Amino acid sequence: MSDLYTKTLTEVAALLQSGEVKAADAVKDCLARIEVTEPKVKALLTVLGDEAMVQAQAMDADGPDASKPLWGVPIVLKDLLAAKGTKTTCASKILENFVPFYDATAVAKLKEAGAIIIGKANMDEFAMGSSTENSAYFQTGNPWDVERVPGGSSGGSGATVAAGQCFAALGTDTGGSIRLPASFCGIVGLKPTYGRISRFGLIAYGSSLDQIGPMTRSVEDATRMLQVMAGHDPKDSTSVDVEVPDYLAALGREKLDGVTIGLPEEYWGEGLDEEVLAACRAAVAKMEALGAKTVPVKLSLTDYAISTYYIIAMAEASSNLSRFDGVRFGHRNKDAEELIDMYTSSRTEGFGDEVQRRIIMGTYVLSSGYYDAYYNKAAKVRRLLREDFDKAFEQCDLIAGPVCPTTAFKAGEKADPLQMYLMDIFTISCNLAGLPGMSLPVGIGKDSNMPVGLQFMGPAFCEADMLSVAECLERNLDPMPMAEL
Amino acid sequence: MKISPEDVAKIAKLSRLDLPQEKLELFAGQLGDILDYMDKLGELDTDNVEPMYSPVEHTTVLRKDEARKDYTREEVLSNAPEQDGKFFIVPRIV
Repeated sequence: MSDLYTKTLTEVAALLQSGEVKAADAVKDCLARIEVTEPKVKALLTVLGDEAMVQAQAMDADGPDASKPLWGVPIVLKDLLAAKGTKTTCASKILENFVPFYDATAVAKLKEAGAIIIGKANMDEFAMGSSTENSAYFQTGNPWDVERVPGGSSGGSGATVAAGQCFAALGTDTGGSIRLPASFCGIVGLKPTYGRISRFGLIAYGSSLDQIGPMTRSVEDATRMLQVMAGHDPKDSTSVDVEVPDYLAALGREKLDGVTIGLPEEYWGEGLDEEVLAACRAAVAKMEALGAKTVPVKLSLTDYAISTYYIIAMAEASSNLSRFDGVRFGHRNKDAEELIDMYTSSRTEGFGDEVQRRIIMGTYVLSSGYYDAYYNKAAKVRRLLREDFDKAFEQCDLIAGPVCPTTAFKAGEKADPLQMYLMDIFTISCNLAGLPGMSLPVGIGKDSNMPVGLQFMGPAFCEADMLSVAECLERNLDPMPMAEL
Repeated sequence: MKISPEDVAKIAKLSRLDLPQEKLELFAGQLGDILDYMDKLGELDTDNVEPMYSPVEHTTVLRKDEARKDYTREEVLSNAPEQDGKFFIVPRIV
């Protein structure tokens, strides 16, 4: 089936279960699509062609397994996720040849559900960035216009799904790194509630902010992925022991009567590109037409979110990245004759500029004399931001707003780091508060001809409601085309 | 907030990074701008607010005090730049 790549994960999973498509053929089609599109898109750091074929053939020999909801489905993992026996680089030179000897829990769950891993996706180095321009290896192109960025840090994951190279990809989101590339690439991206999916095997950037999440071509696809991955994990002490509902049962609602959508004035005001505003407004109007009520809400601390986020994220990153010292794994400068020299030279050689910048920043805000003024202060503001959301959710079920003030920009356009950080303005609060957020493509911007994403945010563990509303809206909007490559 | 290249060098040493002069100067400028932006937080009154270090505030999670072998020695040494089958080998410390 040569147009298999245009199908959703849900459609392909059904074809595989019925035997109409063999796992080996699904893999073969994806690999063919990769071959055609990769020269332009460059989404993948590693392609697991042979491994995937061998696995698929073995699976075909036994036949489809109805107990495995993702049986035979080819998926891609962001290269920040440990996959046993597979190179995992975090798009950094410091882990150029690192091969984990264990699977991340989320990865193990997907494998157990029958998914076939066909590649590891490019990203900003150690998840630090919003455009994938910080990869130590190469730049990924947005399938809609390869001169433009796919967003970041899960840019490779966004691009691989948008290009039809696979049926779903895992991304990670610390400040918007699933939602932004999903928005820029015209696909669905979900960051679950903090603690919903285990972080075991996710190489840590900001431990109190990171979450793994699915990036897919439909809301139902994302729901199926979430269903497999959600749940408490004793190996992750920050994972939460909250029941996993039947997310799929929440889909299929006719209308949005009884749903109240909060529109924060801070997310719909100045600074938005006209085309983004237009597309998002149209989506909100559609929700109202479907019976939803909209109310204005205040998130008055929005202005402080970026500072709060970057202080906390950089502080946590500086601590998390101290493990990369050339001793047990990763790059080591073998010429260093003395231990401290070895640490210093290995790290300096192995880390890219943005990573070094954030380590320095993080070390600074944690250093004696500055800890209270910066890190502790930010932690207090973080609680205020969370309370801001709690108050807003007393008046509405979900909050909606654009994912980003702009559509995908051209590579090289945001050279100033602070300018790049400001791209995260609408997404970071979710991570600080630990709340779920998702991006739904709602149209193509009329000026840039690039996709526009609408973001939903909700109270902790409201994924069923959020996916339900998003799927209803998705069904009632003009179908999102696939990028032409 | 003005950060000098010397400040950056001091922090770099703590984080075990060795930056050439141009980078020290570049970072000093960029970090100064970023810190200026972060000074905005001073506008907020947080006197009676408890810091929130994580969205998940449950206390220490414990497991049974039972010895477990999750990985083999071989696996654990498998990514070592230098090892002898038993230990990670590093340059002398003293």
